[in-house]
Amino acid sequence: MTEKNVVTAIHDTLQDEMKRDDRVVVLGEDVGARGGVFRVTMGFVDEFGEDRVIDTPLDECLIAGVAIGLALDDLRPVAEMQFADFIFPGFQQIVQEAARIRYRSNGDFGVPMVIRAPWGGGVHGALYHSQSIEAFFAHVPGLKVVVPSTPYDAKGMLIQAIEDQDPVLYLEHKKTYRLIKGEVPDERYTVEFGKAAVRREGSDLTCISYGLMHHYCVEAAERLAKDGIDAEVIDLRSIYPLDSEAILSSVSKTGKAMVVYEDNKFLGVGAEVAAQISESVLFDLDAPVVRLGGAHIPAMPYAPTLEKWFLPDVDRIEQHMRKLAEF
Amino acid sequence: MSKDLHTDLGLKEEDLIEMYRYMLLARYCDERQWGLNRQGKAPFVVPVSGHEAAQVGSGWAFEKGKDVFCPYYRDMALMLVAGLTPKDVFLGLFGKKDDPSSGGRQMPAHWGSKARNIITGSSPIATQCLHAAGIAYSKKYKQSDAVVGTWFGEGGTSEGDWHGAMNFAGIHKLPLVFVCENNQYAISVHESKQVAGSVHGRAAGYGMPGQLGDGNDLLEAYRLTKEAVDRARAGEGPSLIELRTYRFYSHTSDDDDRTYRTKEEVDEAKAKDPIPRFETYLKSVDLIDDAKIEEIREQSKTQVAEDAKEAEAADFPDPIDAASHVYADLEVE
Repeated sequence: MTEKNVVTAIHDTLQDEMKRDDRVVVLGEDVGARGGVFRVTMGFVDEFGEDRVIDTPLDECLIAGVAIGLALDDLRPVAEMQFADFIFPGFQQIVQEAARIRYRSNGDFGVPMVIRAPWGGGVHGALYHSQSIEAFFAHVPGLKVVVPSTPYDAKGMLIQAIEDQDPVLYLEHKKTYRLIKGEVPDERYTVEFGKAAVRREGSDLTCISYGLMHHYCVEAAERLAKDGIDAEVIDLRSIYPLDSEAILSSVSKTGKAMVVYEDNKFLGVGAEVAAQISESVLFDLDAPVVRLGGAHIPAMPYAPTLEKWFLPDVDRIEQHMRKLAEF
Repeated sequence: MSKDLHTDLGLKEEDLIEMYRYMLLARYCDERQWGLNRQGKAPFVVPVSGHEAAQVGSGWAFEKGKDVFCPYYRDMALMLVAGLTPKDVFLGLFGKKDDPSSGGRQMPAHWGSKARNIITGSSPIATQCLHAAGIAYSKKYKQSDAVVGTWFGEGGTSEGDWHGAMNFAGIHKLPLVFVCENNQYAISVHESKQVAGSVHGRAAGYGMPGQLGDGNDLLEAYRLTKEAVDRARAGEGPSLIELRTYRFYSHTSDDDDRTYRTKEEVDEAKAKDPIPRFETYLKSVDLIDDAKIEEIREQSKTQVAEDAKEAEAADFPDPIDAASHVYADLEVE
């Protein structure tokens, strides 16, 4: 067991997986000599060579399309999109190709590839270095979309993603990279996709979130606990497959639900979670489902005042939790 | 044309007859599928007629069982060379359960078969070129001597995916052959509005050789592609080949080429039909006479008619299977 932050857990896991299996190759912009702009592949090119640590041209469409080809020939590519915000030139290759290849070939071909993408706000990244992209991709059958928020999950879910037979979009929240630390077992393990984690048990309300927001929700719940309000806090960990069972059983128990996410609220993950709750456990509810998400503006603005206005924080989450608890 | 041209190219007499047969099979499949469409029995057809020499000639340069094919939708003749049968073509046309490309999931002409090293394709243009680049990188990484081929029209060269594949192949000197079947029209848009400069001329910008050839000349298509495949297999990197040809029918059965091409232009192109042209060659080297031509044509026609009939009688997929193969390990609702 070693204490690590999220980015170190990802670096060490990827390094171990490359040592273990020479089918694992990484590709992306600046992954070689620079070791990635967030240093996830730091030292890799010296250890594994340029053949396995591919500095690609500045072309995200190429990164996604070449990774598909590598996977089709039985390698295990781990592609890096430098920022999730820049993934869109690769959207067609990911959505039209990677996601549909198993289905359209009637199971003849599969694409075992991982796309890592640093996402999320609160880092003064403004419009094009703060985006949440999960809703675009979770909408597409054939893809798995996962959002580990702790160093433990970062390791177990990255190994699971590399072992997975289907394309996995592995989202790394940038603000958690160095902010969130935790114990990471030294041995190899996987964290199954589609299993949410109940990080805090409670009986008064259920708070569902993922990524950075999950940590804010835990903090808000601790504040409420001092006043005798007991919130159950769920970290989804995986957007697709979604752990509907964990959500529904918790909401059935507490009778109140809120979903917190930093994506634009409209048609985001919260919409799906709220819809599933209303479809399945409506009559267990004691209050309307609350969605706390980003305003319907094109992206997170830059100035600190504007960024703070957009991004839910612990204070705002706490206020909404209290209001829901008192309903 | 030298009498011994094919010998110079290392082709045996039986190769030539087989190549001829593949061109005929493709042509007769095309005529049959177009007819079935007009009878209302096949909702959608992508015709190949006119491209047979470009496809059979280029495809013949690859080694089946080792090399990899990343085709585009017009490549029916190429697919016959790669190992699909006329019956497979019709199973796909009708959307039948045993369609090897997709089990009736995709529109016709979206080829794929793992057993035959034909990589599954989609409808968006030129996406397969990047898959070809990734596969070629993997072959090189594994120190395999397999070569990858990818085929596309001149319209495909406008896509970013094509640029990315050419760029990546050039940077890494990949064992990859790019074959452009330039029929001068991307649906209705003429080459003059699609391509600044020339397709083969673009190769220089990616640090690879570019060759221009007559796509209606089977032996030239073979020769240019074979040189490129040999280079690739020897570790000398990728090549781009532009084969100029013409499509005799509309883009698909849903298109009407009379809105953008004159009858005179089409008739002029049909006068350069690659099939009679190859028959002339075969006769010039005394490999075949009119009676033999008639015999092979009849055999091919009969096979196509029988295969079409069998495919039409085959089962459709069971609707319950529509939700299978979304993921390897997850069931979906």
